[in-house]
Amino acid sequence: MAAIAADITLQRQDELLYLLHQDCGSCHGMTLKGGLGPPLLPQVLQDKPVELLSATILFGRPSTPMPPWSFMLNADEATWLAKHLKGQAHD
Amino acid sequence: MIKFLSLIVVAVFSLSLPAAEPRGTGDMGIIIERANGSVLIIETTHNSQLYRVEGLGDLSHASAVFSRDERHAYVFGRDGGLSKIDLLSGTLLKRVMQAGNSIGGAISQDGKIIAVSNYEPGGVKLFDSTSLELLSDIPAHYAESKQSKTVGLVDAPNQHFVFSLFEGNQIWLLDAHNPKQPKIQKFADIGLQPYDALISSNGRFYIAGLFGEEGLALLDLWQLDKGVQRILPHYGKDDPKKPVYKMPHLEGWALTDDYALFPAVGRNDVLVADRRTWQLVKKIPVYGQPVFVMSRPDGRQVWVNFAMPNNDTVQIIDTLKLAVMTTKKIGKGVLHMEFTPRGEAVWLSVRDEDKVQIYGTEDGQLRGELPAHKPSGIFFAARAHQSGL
Ligand code: HEC
Repeated sequence: MAAIAADITLQRQDELLYLLHQDCGSCHGMTLKGGLGPPLLPQVLQDKPVELLSATILFGRPSTPMPPWSFMLNADEATWLAKHLKGQAHD
Repeated sequence: MIKFLSLIVVAVFSLSLPAAEPRGTGDMGIIIERANGSVLIIETTHNSQLYRVEGLGDLSHASAVFSRDERHAYVFGRDGGLSKIDLLSGTLLKRVMQAGNSIGGAISQDGKIIAVSNYEPGGVKLFDSTSLELLSDIPAHYAESKQSKTVGLVDAPNQHFVFSLFEGNQIWLLDAHNPKQPKIQKFADIGLQPYDALISSNGRFYIAGLFGEEGLALLDLWQLDKGVQRILPHYGKDDPKKPVYKMPHLEGWALTDDYALFPAVGRNDVLVADRRTWQLVKKIPVYGQPVFVMSRPDGRQVWVNFAMPNNDTVQIIDTLKLAVMTTKKIGKGVLHMEFTPRGEAVWLSVRDEDKVQIYGTEDGQLRGELPAHKPSGIFFAARAHQSGL
């Protein structure tokens, strides 16, 4: 896990958090309590594996409004976001 | 000495009456600062900020309507908060938490009822516009133990409201003459996943955009027996839908003498429909996926903003030629646009640059700029006198 955090610079982490609250927030709510998309809070996601969540972020969910983000996020970044959403420490 | 005394009198007078000059509110409006839970109260005559009002909660995706005297703004927050603001004093008069998660609202024709559209629990609630007391709760049950998010809530003539059910694929028409026991007429199977809706400025046509399939659902409120018609059913048949990074909005009915313009979902097009037959006339290729397609009040221009990663640009469509005439780079995160009541200027919120820009619409020149913290929606008080806004 340390490797993952180390791969993502602090500046990039800031950008990811900005993206999460502003742009993901347009569907999931700026505080991630849900909107058109479901809430993305640790208590809601606790039973969902990181792999599932990061795949959802990268590839979207067909026939739902959840879009794929692989055009701007790589796998490490999606994993970092998924862990962040689950409230897991990154280091 | 007399001069000295009168100075003191003036000083005392102005201390007790800080808002010296009485003023109207017709040139006022609010700007949502989505990250801070605050709104700015501004005026469009000198393009200045008058107040900042704080404590409104989570305002991502917030919207507002105005009382019929244009004195008060009602702000609908994402977190289910309904706030009433006094534009003249710049104060938050009242705030109620009315749901867990809400999307927008409307004010009745007579100005007495505020309706709020909720995601969680899915449904609509009616409130007294003076006291913000709950009048009735209308859960959006569409099948056994299934409750839908509601979207596209607007007011309509004869003390009605209209809204759509995102999961329920329905349109409900609410007769609120008796707001404690509103009557509901339901239209089912209107198309998959209506995501937003609008009503024509005369209050006749209610149109819901569909996310789950191509086309839009149209209800003619003058001829309810005709039911819901599907319009523009195959607008993207040669052009597969792409992922959508921000849901488009159907607000600010873009209407010219002959045409209605809509954002296409998941495509880089603005759709043009004939207003009489509702047939697709043209697809205007644009810079990105359109979010707002808004007509200047006279209908001569239509301004379009876009979903990320193209949200640094707006385009202006010439409505005679039905083609893009200007492409403007504005700045990162253009989220919303609002025209002054007679359309000589347009205000744009530029979220990532923490400012609002004001352009003249005749020459397209920048006329001014105001700092604002993560601005999103801009709403002018003149909306008070337009049905559906
Ligand atoms: C256009 C709207 C929209 C945007 C923008 C959006 N999402 Fe989603 N998202 C959804 C919807 C709707 C679902 C639910 C899909 C389903 O029904 O399975 C979802 C589901 C998810 C899930 C799965 C949740 C679960 O409980 O399984 C994750 C994780 C997620 N989104 C993360 C993100 C992230 C991170 C971003 C930004 C990079 C983002 N979303 C942007 C609409 C959106």
